[in-house]
Amino acid sequence: MALEIPKVSYSGKIKEIVLGKGDKALTVGGETSYPFYLFEGQMSLKPRIAMEVYDSTPEDWPPAALEPFADVVSDPAAWAKKCVDTYGAEMIALQLVSTDPNGENRSAEEAAAVTKKVVEAVDVPIIIWGCNNAEKDTEVLRKIAEDCAGRNLMIGPVTEANYKQIGAVAIGYEHTVIASTPIDINLAKQLNILLGNLGVPDGRILIDPTTGSLGYGLEYCYSVMERIRMAALTQEDERLQFPMVCNLGKEVWKTKEAKQSREEAPKLGDPVKRGVLMEAATAQLLLLAGADILIMRHPEAIGLIKDMLNDLLAA
Amino acid sequence: MALSGIEIFKKLPKTNCGECGVPTCLAFAMKLATGQAELVACPYVSDDVRAAIDEASAPPIRPLTIGTGDRAVKLGGETVMFRHEKRFENPPGLALVLSDTMDDSVVNEKLSKFKDLEFERVGLILRPQMLALKGESGDAGKFAAFVKRVVDQIDAGIILMSDKPEVMAEALKICKDKKPLIYAATRDTAEAMGNLAKEVACPLAVKGSGLDEVMAITDKLLGMGLKDLVIDSQPVNVKKALEDQVVIRRSALVKKVKQLGFPTITFPGQLTDNKMKETLIASLLIAKYAGIIVISEMEGHNVFPLLLDSLNIYTDPQRPMAVEEKVYEIGGPREDSPILITSNFSLTYFIVSGEVESSRVPAWLLIKDTEGLSVLTAWAAGKFAADTVAMFVKKCGIADRVKHRKLVIPGYLAGMSGELEEELPDWQILVGPREAAHLPAYLKQWSAA
Ligand code: SF4
Repeated sequence: MALEIPKVSYSGKIKEIVLGKGDKALTVGGETSYPFYLFEGQMSLKPRIAMEVYDSTPEDWPPAALEPFADVVSDPAAWAKKCVDTYGAEMIALQLVSTDPNGENRSAEEAAAVTKKVVEAVDVPIIIWGCNNAEKDTEVLRKIAEDCAGRNLMIGPVTEANYKQIGAVAIGYEHTVIASTPIDINLAKQLNILLGNLGVPDGRILIDPTTGSLGYGLEYCYSVMERIRMAALTQEDERLQFPMVCNLGKEVWKTKEAKQSREEAPKLGDPVKRGVLMEAATAQLLLLAGADILIMRHPEAIGLIKDMLNDLLAA
Repeated sequence: MALSGIEIFKKLPKTNCGECGVPTCLAFAMKLATGQAELVACPYVSDDVRAAIDEASAPPIRPLTIGTGDRAVKLGGETVMFRHEKRFENPPGLALVLSDTMDDSVVNEKLSKFKDLEFERVGLILRPQMLALKGESGDAGKFAAFVKRVVDQIDAGIILMSDKPEVMAEALKICKDKKPLIYAATRDTAEAMGNLAKEVACPLAVKGSGLDEVMAITDKLLGMGLKDLVIDSQPVNVKKALEDQVVIRRSALVKKVKQLGFPTITFPGQLTDNKMKETLIASLLIAKYAGIIVISEMEGHNVFPLLLDSLNIYTDPQRPMAVEEKVYEIGGPREDSPILITSNFSLTYFIVSGEVESSRVPAWLLIKDTEGLSVLTAWAAGKFAADTVAMFVKKCGIADRVKHRKLVIPGYLAGMSGELEEELPDWQILVGPREAAHLPAYLKQWSAA
């Protein structure tokens, strides 16, 4: 009895986006089927993992997350270098948390100076992630885009509130924008249309569908991402045919269970393995839903995901 | 797939005798098609027609149950490929593997750990529900004794694992009343295992290398009259495991391939020796359609993420999950501890309570019923309006438990503070941060005075 596999016919393809510049530049996207359904389509460009670097010393990280970076947490450039040299990072994501007006409220100039150092310390593609305050991000990302002209940084989150300003500088200084919308397929599409109308070329747009952690809303992102991919591949929804970025490390490691010590949560086993598995399991689900770029924290979780990617994409 | 009313009508006697309780065969057919009537109501359909209608209206993936009572594990009955189309029905059974060649002390330790793995979340108890008992010794007496020792100690969905029908037969004598899953019928043992399963009326797993072999075996077992089957396609790697799960589900749903219309059983431990990676493969299988996932080691740190994974994927996407409306005590609050109020959308509750907990500032968290809507949506829908919030604050009794009269509302609802102050004249309304992430900083500087 030979089974004939019922195949889905895909009419769309995800656009290929170049990340960074030079020898270490990467390309993501290009899928012609649901993620890892290699029996009926192609996924010749691997999803990529960016390792997080913070612009100020983290204060609320559990020991499990802090330990691998303990010697570099107060120096973003050294941190980025360690990620690349010691942990083999293929990308870096600089999280500009200290620019948050509700927090340290560091200036755009300070953020740009830190960014400059990181950009000079490593040669891999770099994501610059703002504090998610539309006004402040506009100011900060504009300055960074200008100072790092021509580097093709991936800058975001770019939202409906600031897409015009950030989109314009991205065009002018040749960077890629991360179009961010709150777990909603229609808003995601709308923002991509607006960016297109503004003149941002298709080769310079990534989608951030908004990411939640395992146990904390992951299901919403999972389904929105599945729907985005479905619309892109089977309904030829051209404005959704962009690779997706998931900024998940920070979401996972701020959850209660990723932070609890063995004493606080005796039933939850080893705190390091627990945190690593929560991060890796979140990443695994996001990959299945269509993520092309994962922003992650723990080297072990990253190692596990790379291992899974090799298995899933084996020839 | 279900038959239409007209298709059913064609198979009825068309005598319009009315004995089924409706005046005509056509009316009866229409009721059948919509599930408002049962075929047995018509005494005149032949057995052949009954079988044809039953088969055509059977769910594409056979629903079945392993075990009995509280710990019964329901599998199958799935109708979609993507959870946004309609919710996934039955979360996978997580099974811990134990072998009759393990030392008693090891088994006991694993069992006691297994019993401890129970977590409460959104009013649900999350726990692994199954044990896979392996007759590795190949000795019928030894396996039966082992099975007895385990089932006497613990209530769980049981999977009996042995390729030898005679070994299986002995173990079934011990626990057939617990409706275990018999694992497995292979190409060589299909008949013997099929007969055993029939005799004890227990579900049977089919083990074949690859889907073609699986289909040959299920076809044979279906021919023997077996219905409750579970499939193991023995994938050789992770990529193939994913492919098999997708192809099985899709064949059953889209092409109605009845030989594949069954829940699956999977063994991530066969694909890696690394326990961490095994957990990740299990996590992939939860999202991609596995019915049962047998894992080689269960500790809080790997089981908890898998249970969350399963909870997330199997949550009904159409219905927001809600937590109970009440006063939640976080970190042992006292009469001078802050009081915060928010919606009962479970995600809001988790995030807010998580942040409060991590702040280490003891606090009272008032969760108001908003029918599972998040704060802003609830406010827009009138479910978090000043008058209803005030009513809840009054009736929840928080005023008797604290000395101060300060209430922190979500930052996004700053606009309602004036109105709320009118409704609650004894209270001072404080506007909290917009983002839960800023709660720890906020709470640390909060003071009752
Ligand atoms: S009992 Fe059967 S034959 Fe009689 S009306 Fe109903 S469906 Fe028709």
